[in-house]
Amino acid sequence: MRDVAIVSVAQSHHRRSAEELNEVEMIQPVIRAALDGVGASISDIDFTCSGSSDYLAGQAFSFVMTLDAVGAWPPIVESHVEMDGAWALYEAWLKIQTGAADTAFVYSYSKASPGDLPRVMSRMLDPYYAGPLWPDSVAYAGLQARAMLDAGVTTERQMAEVAHRNRESARTNPNAQVVGSPSVDELLAAPMLSDPLRVHDCPPISDGGVAVVLAAGDRAREWAERPAWIRGIDHRIDGHQIGARDLTTAPSVALAAQRAGVDGAFDVAEVHAPFSHQEQLVLDGLGVGNGVEVNPSGGALAANPMMAAGLIRLGEVATRIMDGSAGRGVAHATSGHLLQQNLVCVLEGGD
Amino acid sequence: MTTEDRRDRSISTLPDGLWTQPTPSVPVDLGDDPVRRQVVPAAMRYNYSPGLASTRFLRGLAEKRFLGERCPETGEVYIPPRGVSPVSGLPTTEQVEVGPKATITSFCVVHIGFGVNAPPTPFVSALFLPDGAAVSLYGTMGEVPHDEVRIGMRVEPVWVDDDQLTESMENIRYWRPIDEPDVPAEQLKGHM
Repeated sequence: MRDVAIVSVAQSHHRRSAEELNEVEMIQPVIRAALDGVGASISDIDFTCSGSSDYLAGQAFSFVMTLDAVGAWPPIVESHVEMDGAWALYEAWLKIQTGAADTAFVYSYSKASPGDLPRVMSRMLDPYYAGPLWPDSVAYAGLQARAMLDAGVTTERQMAEVAHRNRESARTNPNAQVVGSPSVDELLAAPMLSDPLRVHDCPPISDGGVAVVLAAGDRAREWAERPAWIRGIDHRIDGHQIGARDLTTAPSVALAAQRAGVDGAFDVAEVHAPFSHQEQLVLDGLGVGNGVEVNPSGGALAANPMMAAGLIRLGEVATRIMDGSAGRGVAHATSGHLLQQNLVCVLEGGD
Repeated sequence: MTTEDRRDRSISTLPDGLWTQPTPSVPVDLGDDPVRRQVVPAAMRYNYSPGLASTRFLRGLAEKRFLGERCPETGEVYIPPRGVSPVSGLPTTEQVEVGPKATITSFCVVHIGFGVNAPPTPFVSALFLPDGAAVSLYGTMGEVPHDEVRIGMRVEPVWVDDDQLTESMENIRYWRPIDEPDVPAEQLKGHM
């Protein structure tokens, strides 16, 4: 295995609607900031990979247009995933492992604001049985929350505590969209949205993006004083048909964590749990216990740009390693409905 | 499978026989009354934002003006602008009016028209390089026989009536020749 590190991270200030900007105008400053972070231009990058979704943009081949912000001329070696950017990072990491690249640039973004997000999300479902019923993504998450409550995996109070803690943590995150929270008792007094979910249990709808520079070995040491080395990375997928899953567990989180070498000894964990009840499932799957700081950024409950919120988790851990505030951390990203696909990455400082 | 089954369906206006399906390589038994099709109505609405640069361009079109934007590194003017130079990746902040006179950089004589807005065939679709711009706009030619259109031909846009102007490319009804000498192909290098 080659030693590969995250050496630069930039993200947007996430907000409900970047209404005045098109996607390339929104992501350009983020792309530039990540490259400027290591004093690199695109000609120093061997491989570029992005993550985005045409369904969110409402436009075919939308990612080709945002490539303008990379400055892809003369032509560059480039790829794209219709997934969260964490999977774009995985592809870039693999590319470096093959020896075909020493450096990589990864970015992902979305504007969820032009469409009706819960309806757009239903297009991830199978087109024959669930898709034609247009179930919205919040109601879908409610099915999982209900199953977890019934199984005693969580309580409504624990869910409110997760929402409260994340949004209070977001006070120190300049990029967060939802900052601060009423007390847990006040949250529990609020009306239901999709019973058993209240508004505070749901992520905000966000426009935003993130960009990351990867480099191998000496190039990483040259570009960063404290590179955030990727010590393990793996992703696993549970079944697509939610009726065939036990929604009160997340087996693919546990398997990915095991394969990525997660051992519980972390200073910080950033987990991608868009709905409050999901954080416990992810932490259980990761085997992260007390003593680990969870989601100091506020997580996806504080800002949830689709296609980017997972890569942002990797970026948040890497940033803390690069600035010396953490020595070792674990980041988790999810994709699909109800924690169906999961990626786990162990990041570490040192040589 | 009969010839009827293999014929392309209504998605294509191409002549019969094109784009037919090959006979399946394995036997397919769908029973006496197979489900051949499931109809799932689907529509999603988007409030699409053109962005800052495209808004400037579209506002210009409503005044019959072409507003490109300059790459701060190369000086090339891109149209329609999307806010970022595709070559340098830097924001374009300087607006530059180009055209409306233009030069044909490529064309195609269309004999089978697709879509509801296609003019009567045969017609000429073409790329028009507005004077001062680095890239071309797409459109159709009018007021000239199709076999007289050529690369390097000088043209101008024919706009809709003033009371029909909106923030839309449809403001240009078509392009027509003007009485100016052709631009030599040599001068169009890098813009075709």
